[in-house]
Amino acid sequence: MTQYIIRRLLILPVTLFGVTVLIFAMLSFLSPEERSALYVRDIPHNQAAMDGIIKRYGLRDPIYVQYWYWLVGRPDPVSGEINGGITRGDFGYSRYAGQPVIDLIKRRFPATIELTLWAVFPIIGIGIWLGIVAAVNHNKLIDQVARIFSIIGYSFPTFVFGLILLMVFYAKLNWFPASRISDWADAIISADNFKHYTSLYTIDSLLNGRFDVFLDALRHLILPIVTLSYVSWAVFLRVTRSSMLETLRQDYITTARAKGVKESDIINKHARPNALIPVATIGGLQVASLLGGVVFTETIFNFPGIGSAAAAAASQLDVVTVMGFTLMTGLILILANLVVDVMYAFLDPRVRLQ
Amino acid sequence: MIDQPLISQSQVFTFDLPQRKINWLERTIGPEFYRIYRGVITNPLSITGTVLILFWLVVAGLAPVLAPPLNTVNPYMIPRDGFGTTPKVPGTPWKIRPPAMPAILQPLMPKGWVHIMGTASGQWDIFYGVVWGARTAIKVGLIIEGLCLIIGILIGSLAGFYGGWLDEILMRITEVFMAFPFILAALTMSAVLTPSIGRGIWAPTIALVTFGWMGYARLIRGDILALRERDFVMAARVVGAKDSRILFRHIIPNAIYPTLVLASMDIGTVVISFAALSFLGIGTEVGYADWGQLLSFARNWIPNLFTYWYIVVFPGLALILFVLGWNLVGDALRDIMDPRMRGRGSE
Repeated sequence: MTQYIIRRLLILPVTLFGVTVLIFAMLSFLSPEERSALYVRDIPHNQAAMDGIIKRYGLRDPIYVQYWYWLVGRPDPVSGEINGGITRGDFGYSRYAGQPVIDLIKRRFPATIELTLWAVFPIIGIGIWLGIVAAVNHNKLIDQVARIFSIIGYSFPTFVFGLILLMVFYAKLNWFPASRISDWADAIISADNFKHYTSLYTIDSLLNGRFDVFLDALRHLILPIVTLSYVSWAVFLRVTRSSMLETLRQDYITTARAKGVKESDIINKHARPNALIPVATIGGLQVASLLGGVVFTETIFNFPGIGSAAAAAASQLDVVTVMGFTLMTGLILILANLVVDVMYAFLDPRVRLQ
Repeated sequence: MIDQPLISQSQVFTFDLPQRKINWLERTIGPEFYRIYRGVITNPLSITGTVLILFWLVVAGLAPVLAPPLNTVNPYMIPRDGFGTTPKVPGTPWKIRPPAMPAILQPLMPKGWVHIMGTASGQWDIFYGVVWGARTAIKVGLIIEGLCLIIGILIGSLAGFYGGWLDEILMRITEVFMAFPFILAALTMSAVLTPSIGRGIWAPTIALVTFGWMGYARLIRGDILALRERDFVMAARVVGAKDSRILFRHIIPNAIYPTLVLASMDIGTVVISFAALSFLGIGTEVGYADWGQLLSFARNWIPNLFTYWYIVVFPGLALILFVLGWNLVGDALRDIMDPRMRGRGSE
């Protein structure tokens, strides 16, 4: 197993290098004028100033030189001050938001974290639970219902589903509002005596003892959570179900039945742990789908996270900003996949005992 | 006694296996395709899927008849009835320059052409958009899947066939492309391309192809890894066949099958992604007949969405029914293709 993990860790720098090359390859499609957003905030309005900036930051240099400076930052020829450099955490300037991309990410990230964290629980709970129930009751009514739900879940685009939820529960019934928080609760959160421990409204409000704010934040979260996670329910349901069916057919399950083990013990102790191994592998893929899903969910519900910022920046063709978000989520995804792979090694005895 | 054989020659039982009837269809398309055909037409879910796909093919094919274009140079541009911002309900009469009435719709609209599904803000006719949107969906679905297949098969088969360092490099590159959330990567690529090639279907199409070929490359590589050790490949080598001939004439035709099925199943997903990019405002230009584009009109009316339900419901339903069709058939195909599931019915 140690060998497996070491090999996995050795690939990591290669993947990271490839990811930065791919991102920069996309950036090189832009004109030097557009690329200047990597180093300066405002677009100079006359051509002479623009030429000065292009010269100063070497935006017409050979592409590998530019790549290197993009990676580590470029010392200013006059002042010697270092500008840019993604390894220094400088992703350039977001012209659509009028601030450095990294600041925009920092400001928008807590909302996205809050949304995705809350979405993970129903995914794991409902998806896996339904999958096991469906497999145990194979070909009975509940199984058929789960199967049809899963196919429809696959076919329902996130943004259509979100719009329909808004149409019914917001526009008609007015049960669950859009955006992240109500105005009155926002005033409490912005007040001086409200302590920001995590920047997650649901947790901070409880820590500050404001249960009413907590409820308000939760009310705003429910529709986005459902929109974001129902596709993943369908995926988890399907994978858990087929893996559980496969496991229940194994000889060792028959042996356990023959020994007279209780059916509930067979399902919970003998079958389920093994059936969940393939489910763990799709965990990484689901992180990707969640990070993609926030783009639509946040846009539709006017939720101020990184997804809606990325969508807004993209529609205004602010490539440097979108690129910052893509790079950021790419890195998160690589780490998530690493964690899943290592976890897999611990879960699967065939890998663990190698 | 003991020396005698237990069963004498005359006692050997012989079985005459009943000859299975092979009908003309099976003879023409071969047993593999016939098995798939049987699997699809005997499963109620996949029949529903087939019907849905056929329905959309008919709508797309008959688009000029169902919704005659006003702009014959670019029929994909939705005709608009004025420039007002407030959407109009289904059944509102068409005021400015109504298009010619097709004969089959005559009985439905005795008083002249109406907005069958209403209009979106900007007075774009939703019916026209839904009908011609079917054409857009099928067109981009086929183009994107075709291009992804070509790239995926090329890279996957080179990696699988030559192995060694080439395989290692190509597979690392594949992983790099998979390192991003698909839709975010496509969004970025689309935004990068739009300034140089303009708005339209091409920027999102190229973006979706750039980040869409990896699954096929990995699938076909795996199949080729298994195939290249087989005797018929060795036999081809022994008679002196060139690498390219072995790969293209002997290996790929044997390995391509699951990849093709996977690609056909993915058409629905690809159409969702394309519509999604349009919905976010980074795909086709405003007024282009595309379901995602139509749905994006709803973004301006979120608090009044219940009043203007038709902006969401008609294009949304079109998109769902289209994708559902492909997914239902794809689901059945997967069960049929999976050897472990053979003869076990649908699982």
